[in-house]
Amino acid sequence: MANLMNLYREMIIEYGESPHNFGEIKDPTISTELHNPTCGDVLNLQLKVANDQIVEIKFDGSGCIISQASASMMTDLVKGKSLKEAKNLKEVFSKMITDPDFKDTDVLEDAEILQGVRQFPPRIKCATLAWNALEKSIMKMEDDNG
Amino acid sequence: MTISNNIRKDFPFFNQKVNGKRLDYLDSAATSQKPQIVIDSLNQYYSFGNANIHRGVYQIAEQATEQFESVRDLIKDFIHADRREEIVFTKGATQSLNWVAFGFFKQFLKPGDEILISVMEHHSNLVPWQQIAKLTGAHLKYVQLNDDGEFDLEDFKNKLNHHVKVVAVAHVSNVLGSLNPVEEICRLAHDAGSLAVVDGAQAVGHLPVNVHSLDCDFYAFSAHKMFGPTGVGVLYGKYDLLNQLKPVEYGGEMIEDVDYQNTTFKDLPLRLEAGTQNIAGVIGLGAAVRYIDQVGLKEIETHNSQLLDSAFNKLSNLPEIKIYGSKGALKHHDIISFNLNGIHPHDAATVFDSLGVEVRAGHHCAQVLMRYFNISACLRISIHAYNDEEDINQLITAVKEVQRFFKH
Repeated sequence: MANLMNLYREMIIEYGESPHNFGEIKDPTISTELHNPTCGDVLNLQLKVANDQIVEIKFDGSGCIISQASASMMTDLVKGKSLKEAKNLKEVFSKMITDPDFKDTDVLEDAEILQGVRQFPPRIKCATLAWNALEKSIMKMEDDNG
Repeated sequence: MTISNNIRKDFPFFNQKVNGKRLDYLDSAATSQKPQIVIDSLNQYYSFGNANIHRGVYQIAEQATEQFESVRDLIKDFIHADRREEIVFTKGATQSLNWVAFGFFKQFLKPGDEILISVMEHHSNLVPWQQIAKLTGAHLKYVQLNDDGEFDLEDFKNKLNHHVKVVAVAHVSNVLGSLNPVEEICRLAHDAGSLAVVDGAQAVGHLPVNVHSLDCDFYAFSAHKMFGPTGVGVLYGKYDLLNQLKPVEYGGEMIEDVDYQNTTFKDLPLRLEAGTQNIAGVIGLGAAVRYIDQVGLKEIETHNSQLLDSAFNKLSNLPEIKIYGSKGALKHHDIISFNLNGIHPHDAATVFDSLGVEVRAGHHCAQVLMRYFNISACLRISIHAYNDEEDINQLITAVKEVQRFFKH
C-alpha cells in the first residue's frame, strides 16, 4: 500500500484528473498521435514551434491518471523551452523512470514526482507515452529540416 | 459446488502470495493456471522421453511418437470429431484461424464475396479476415449486438446472403462471456451456402464441445486456456475441407517425396504439421485433457456457472459500475467485463494487484468491440475451476477499495 500511495501521490491525482494543456492547437507545427497498445489509449500531442522554441503545446486523448498526469507535467515543463532543451528533458525523464540510481531529476520540476512509477513496471508505458510523443515530434521536425 | 476447494491444491501457482496477500487469480481467459500433473508431463518428457517424432527407429523415439499421436485421439474424442485426421496441432487458436483464412479461404475468395463476422470477435478471429478481405477483394461485414448485448441473430440473418462465403464467430466471447448460438449460426450459414468457422478459445475446457453436432467446418482452440501449456493449440476441420487447406508452411516431416523441382506431400494431418512439432506441448495438452476428464467437465461447468452467478450479482449490486454485455448472469460464461465510473481500468487494476486480485485491464484484443461500446478499455474478470467464493469476495473488497482510493 505504501508503494501505491507513492504511485498515486495527491499531486499526480490532481494533475491526472484536471489535466493541464488539454485540448487542441488550431495550426500546430507538428502533431503526433501515439497509442498505448496494451490498453488502447490514444494520446495526440500538438506543438507550435517558432525559432526552434516550443511556443505552444497541447495534448488530448484518453488515458489513465498516470498518463494524463505525465502529459500535463511534461507540457507544463517544456512550454517555452527550446527543442534541444525539451529533448534533453525527455532523456532525463527516461533515465529517472528506469534507473533507480539516477538522482539529477530536479530539472523535471513537478514531473520528478512520477519516479514512483519505477516500482510498477507495467505502468511505465503509461508514464512515458507523452514524452515519447514529444521525442517523436522533435525527431520528425529534425528530419524535415535535415 | 466447491470442487475448487479440492482442486486449488492441484495448482502450484497458488502456493504463493502477492504483496503478502492471498492470490486471487481472475484472469483465466488470458491464460489458465496449470495443474501439477501437466507440469510433470512436460518434465517427464524432457527428462526421459525427449526424442523427435515420426522419424526415429529407436524405442524412445517410437514412444514419443506414440505419446504424441495418442493425444490426437484424445482430442478427437474430447471434441467429438469423426476422424483423427481432422485434428491438426498448431501453436494456438491464432495460428489455427490464420491457417483457415490464408491456407483455405485465400484460394476461393473473390471480389464481391463477403465475409461475415461479429463485432465481438477477438483480434485473432478478426484481423486475419480483415487482411484476407483486402487481399482478395472480398467484403468484411459485421453482425451487431442485440439490446441485451448479445450476438444479434436477426441481424445475422439479414446479412446472410449467397455472397457470404465464410461466417466466423467466437463460441464464447472473450470480453462479454456470451455463449453464441453457434449451432444455429452454422446451420443458417450452410443454408445460405457459406462455410462456418468457430473460434473456441474460450469454450474448450469450460463446456462440452461437440464439433460433430455443431456441424462447424473449422474449429480452433488453444491449450493454454484449458490448463495446458502455451504455444500449442488445435485446428479441427471437416476432412474434405481440411484436405483442401494448403500448408502455410513447408518443411520437414510433411513431405512424401522431394526431387529437384517438385514435392509430394503426406496425407492429413501430417501434411499440415511441418517442422519439429511442439512435442512436449502436445503431451502437456493431453495431460490437461485427462485432468479435465478426471475433475469432470460437467462439474467444472456447474461450478464455474454458480461462481460466476455469485460474482455477477455481487458486482451488479455495487454503485458506479457498468457491466458490458447481457444483463443476465447466466449468459456470462466465466467472464464479466466492466468499468468503474470515472476510474481508468489501468488505475483500478494496479490497486487490485496491490491487494492480490489479478484481473485484466485493457481492450482484451477486441478493439472493434471497444469501439462499438465507445470505450478504450475495460476491466475483465474471468474464472476457472480453481476459483472460489473467496476470490470473488476479495474482488468485491478490491473494487470498494479502488472506489474509496480514487474518490475525493
